[in-house]
Amino acid sequence: MGMLEAVLMTIATAATPLLIAAVGELVSERAGVLNLGVEGMMVMGAVTGFGVALTTGSPWLGIFAAIAVGALFSLLFAFLTLTLVTNQVATGLALTLLGLGLSGMLGESFVGLPGVKLTNIDIPFLSDIPLIGRLIFGQDPVFYLSILLTAGVAWFLFRSRVGLTLRSVGDNHGSAHALGINVILIRYLAVMFGGACAGLAGAYLSLVYTPQWVENMTAGRGWIALALVVFASWRPWRVLAGAYLFGAVTIGQLHAQALGIGVPSQLLSSLPYLATVVVLVLISRNRRMTMVNTPASLGRPFVPDR
Amino acid sequence: MVKTKDYENARKYAGNSGKRITSMKKTILSLAVAAAALSLGTMSAEAKVKACWIYVGPIGDFGYSYQHHQGLLEVQKELGDQVETAYLESVPEGADAERAIERFARSGCNIIFTTSFGFMDATNKVAGKFPEVKFEHATGYKREHPNVATYNSKFHEGRYVQGVIAAKMSKTGVAGYIASFPIPEVVLGINAFMLGAQTVNPDFKVKVVWANTWFDAGKEADAAKALIDQGVDIITQHTDSTAPMQVATERGIKAFGQATDMIKFGPQTQLTAIVDDWGPYYVKRVKAVIDGTWEQHDVWDGMKEGNVVMAPYTNMPDDVKKLAEETEAKIKSGEFNPYTGPITKQDGTEWLKPGEVADNGTLLGLNFYVKGVDDKLPQ
Repeated sequence: MGMLEAVLMTIATAATPLLIAAVGELVSERAGVLNLGVEGMMVMGAVTGFGVALTTGSPWLGIFAAIAVGALFSLLFAFLTLTLVTNQVATGLALTLLGLGLSGMLGESFVGLPGVKLTNIDIPFLSDIPLIGRLIFGQDPVFYLSILLTAGVAWFLFRSRVGLTLRSVGDNHGSAHALGINVILIRYLAVMFGGACAGLAGAYLSLVYTPQWVENMTAGRGWIALALVVFASWRPWRVLAGAYLFGAVTIGQLHAQALGIGVPSQLLSSLPYLATVVVLVLISRNRRMTMVNTPASLGRPFVPDR
Repeated sequence: MVKTKDYENARKYAGNSGKRITSMKKTILSLAVAAAALSLGTMSAEAKVKACWIYVGPIGDFGYSYQHHQGLLEVQKELGDQVETAYLESVPEGADAERAIERFARSGCNIIFTTSFGFMDATNKVAGKFPEVKFEHATGYKREHPNVATYNSKFHEGRYVQGVIAAKMSKTGVAGYIASFPIPEVVLGINAFMLGAQTVNPDFKVKVVWANTWFDAGKEADAAKALIDQGVDIITQHTDSTAPMQVATERGIKAFGQATDMIKFGPQTQLTAIVDDWGPYYVKRVKAVIDGTWEQHDVWDGMKEGNVVMAPYTNMPDDVKKLAEETEAKIKSGEFNPYTGPITKQDGTEWLKPGEVADNGTLLGLNFYVKGVDDKLPQ
């Protein structure tokens, strides 16, 4: 494996969890629900994925369990914010805190145990093509899933009728309701999709990225995913660009340090954040387009009889 | 023999901790402090002296904070009903730390251990307000009030042994060093590693990557990958997760464990690990509070006192193992200090003359590299 190839593979691994979590949150926000609990759902996915994979010996079961737990955990958020109409920001923060605490407690017995790793695929001949072989045909299965997920969400939101309905709910829930659309049901489903994605992203951390369980192992990735959605102005392919840019600069700065180029490491460490914000702000600088893309009802509570 | 016993103790605690924690009455309260989560555990209610700990990471990091928590558990075991303990984990270094420490001081703690360098100023500030409470700050150097003591471990003694092993084992002659923050404790480790390596191979190189975090498994894994892609074949870390060990295993190179024995994460990878054993110190100090004999001090213990314990030397040929054991014995007996001249600074100027030993004050504030480190120290 050549160096460039190895670096590109590392970037893909760093970007994948951000991409998955961000795409899930994007769908939720497009339906008008701001769920700040991404970090909490991710970490719950991470502990579930690790625990189930360790107990059953199957990383795939771990991944499915993580998706289910992510969705269930977000259901709690949906019930509070959509049915009981609590404040979305406060509830989302509470969900993050709950997830971090609960996962620490659930995972207590998993600390210090080596996990089960989901192995990369290996297609004879194709995986051995120089440079692109491993990159295209030799990644872990979730990497492919993340690309399909992005494409699927992009198609669903902008090319399908249900996607249009979902966006209309996010843009003007009053009108959508008047048209006979079940706003609450659509929002429930969107939030649960976001939760399922966050769960998957978490499982990716504990089963692929670093196959182990440690408390708080998401280390703020949920928040980065949230920021990516906003800076990518709620467009799936831009989220992908943002996640890969973030991953690339993160890995790039580590290489720059290892080469000993003499730039202060604190500056290098902040580069991924700076670069991602700057680039995504630049590509989203058309104010009118940003207005069009921003879900107008984002974060606003909806009560059908009002 | 002593070494084996210490080590057995360290291992015993590592192995039993899960059960012991679950058997304890434990409540977790979550505090909404911005995005950072602090969880508070309280254990056993009726006791005379309340000892409290502030950890920088989660107790489940299986590294630095985990080892401090093992110390807390040892205090509980040794002092039983005489003591009540409490801890706050994942406390960020900075403004939140002060709030957390003050909260503890108000809640009736008699002695508070703040276990990370970054808590130094906050500890001293709160100590000024609560003269009745004893404060113990780990790895720092400021004692602005009579009720502040500092304690530290000479982790760098272990780093020196690691350096010797690394230079013996490496084929490429380059080791990778994943560092956290450019503070004296970390710089001491890098230099000691380099000095140890140079005794075997004067041209040995160390590549340093600063993760700018104590604990982020993903980032530490990325740093390890970047270093390996650049040709290092030995990894050592001064960050707290087991991720670099796993990456080293995946890529088939060797690595050193940090703070705790990480052999389970790299049965074919770990050469040895520096195990921090804080238990005896914590028991001694809490007991001093109970007896009313607590006094301010500045303690810097190492291998000799049993604070720094090396995990078994594994995955290396017998001659390397023998050399490592000899080096360890030399440091442990007090016969040799890794910071003994001649030592040249990175810029080529002389630091220590032949035979001269660096004093503790200089070492605790160390802010420069020795010759041979392939990195520019962030200031």
